Amino acid sequence: MNKSFRYKLNIFLFLLPALALFVTILIAPIVMSLMYSLTKWNGFTTPEFIGFKNYVELFTSKSINISRALKNAFLLALLSCCIQLPFALWLALRLARPIKGKTALLSIYFMPVLISTVVIGQLWLKIYNPDYGVLNVLLRAVGLEKWTQIWLGDKKYALGAAFVPILWQYVGYHMLLMYAGIKGVPTELTEAALLDGCTPSQVNRYIIIPYIRPILRVSVIFAVTGSLKSFDLIYVLTNGGPSHTTEVPSTLMISMLFLRNRYGMGSTIAVMLIILCFFFALVINAVFKEEK
Amino acid sequence: MNSLYESKPKRILIYCLLILWALISIFPVYWMLTFSLKTNAEIFGENVAGLPREWVWSNYTRALHTGNMPRYFLNSLIVAIATIFITLAASVMATYAITRLRWKGRKRMNSFFMLGLTIPIHASIVPLYTTLAKIKLLDTLWALIIPYSAFSLAMGILVCTGFMGDIPYDLDEAAMLDGCGTWGTFFRVIVPLMKPAVATVGIYTFLQCWNELMFANIFINSDKWRTLPVGVQSLSGQYTTDWGPIGAALSIATIPTLIFYVFMSKKIQDSFIAGAVKG
Repeated sequence: MNKSFRYKLNIFLFLLPALALFVTILIAPIVMSLMYSLTKWNGFTTPEFIGFKNYVELFTSKSINISRALKNAFLLALLSCCIQLPFALWLALRLARPIKGKTALLSIYFMPVLISTVVIGQLWLKIYNPDYGVLNVLLRAVGLEKWTQIWLGDKKYALGAAFVPILWQYVGYHMLLMYAGIKGVPTELTEAALLDGCTPSQVNRYIIIPYIRPILRVSVIFAVTGSLKSFDLIYVLTNGGPSHTTEVPSTLMISMLFLRNRYGMGSTIAVMLIILCFFFALVINAVFKEEK
Repeated sequence: MNSLYESKPKRILIYCLLILWALISIFPVYWMLTFSLKTNAEIFGENVAGLPREWVWSNYTRALHTGNMPRYFLNSLIVAIATIFITLAASVMATYAITRLRWKGRKRMNSFFMLGLTIPIHASIVPLYTTLAKIKLLDTLWALIIPYSAFSLAMGILVCTGFMGDIPYDLDEAAMLDGCGTWGTFFRVIVPLMKPAVATVGIYTFLQCWNELMFANIFINSDKWRTLPVGVQSLSGQYTTDWGPIGAALSIATIPTLIFYVFMSKKIQDSFIAGAVKG
């Protein structure tokens, strides 16, 4: 057999398992979702091509109310960037300096990331329980009876109450990434700056933070796209309720698909989500490059 | 030269804040472990947040006997192990082809795989659901193992590329001179040296599939194939007033991860960093 042919065959064989999985499970479905999004389809009959009607309906229908779901997702992204990430950065900067019990603190902060979102969700459901939940029990114990709420059941508080565990769970993740980045800053740089009379906060601001930009970029992308895609905790805590106040695009998509059997419309929401995620990833990349 | 540290009161304040956040981070888990061992009377009033006065181990036996907890546990374990195996085999092989064999387009092939880091699972739910139904894999563990492996692949290749780059190329050449072919070099030289990558990819993949909810919820219908997250979720829906056994079920789903974490916290943290830093 021809030697170079055999070499090429080997290359192909080495790539085959990964390529097969990747193309059938990740790439082909994107194309299929795009096609489904242009059809009216209940999952059983043959899909009927209807052009962009699903897209028009998605953005105009009052009953689907995609704008509320998007608003919720964007609010989560905003809170994530303005509260979660700065707090994670603060923790990382603190832990990167000599401090007692650093390893223990780091490990504890990261722990919630490892626990199943279902378990986290069930625990917070119980924390928020109006009668026996820790939160209301605590408020009653300190005499703030009037502050007690039906947290997840009250239209006014449900969204905020559902966001708290989401933000809480991933603080440790962002902290860990930033901490790893800070550990990669050459010590000569920070030591020289300190010798030159910089205060530790100046060192943070002018040396460490600019140095770990690439990591901050990853964190921001994860925070924003993660918020747009958020599903697990909302699904467990409120499943979009009460009266749809906590609906996010993913919960809308799932109810479209599996409660109403509208596979075409479900795919339309999926396509919208993919486009939004890629769009924001590109924008964030561009912003971080420009400022360099 | 300025002092390296803040004034003492400020330092103490910061330390208190750090400890406070540690308490907030750990509280739900602490609470879960304690109420899983309490009676309803204690949970609902007498002793809400303290250690259990009377350790009710029967909550755990009840959790194991109601529903199918041992079965969910076994399913999760099978899915995790199979996914890790497939992900590792496919990514080590693909990485070998991309980094050690010489051919045009290998760089492009690498960027193609790296696309997988950004593709959200939402994209594939409907097509996977209908395709899996057609080939009769829906409602089997394969319906989870195959998609989980595919979605872990990009991360697997990313990590393996890093580790394989550390293996000197002289070793390949020496093996070739000794008469090993492409496959011989792969199995005798590369694979034995990939142990650190195996640990990193294995840990990351394990945690991803142990906790995954969306696919597990949609692709599995019958109770006997449910994984832990879905099983625990449905159990909690059925026994809303019996918090003790629910707490026990939640603990059973969490304790393996916690034990794992206590012994290998550094390794686990490193695997999460490896997945993000280059991505």
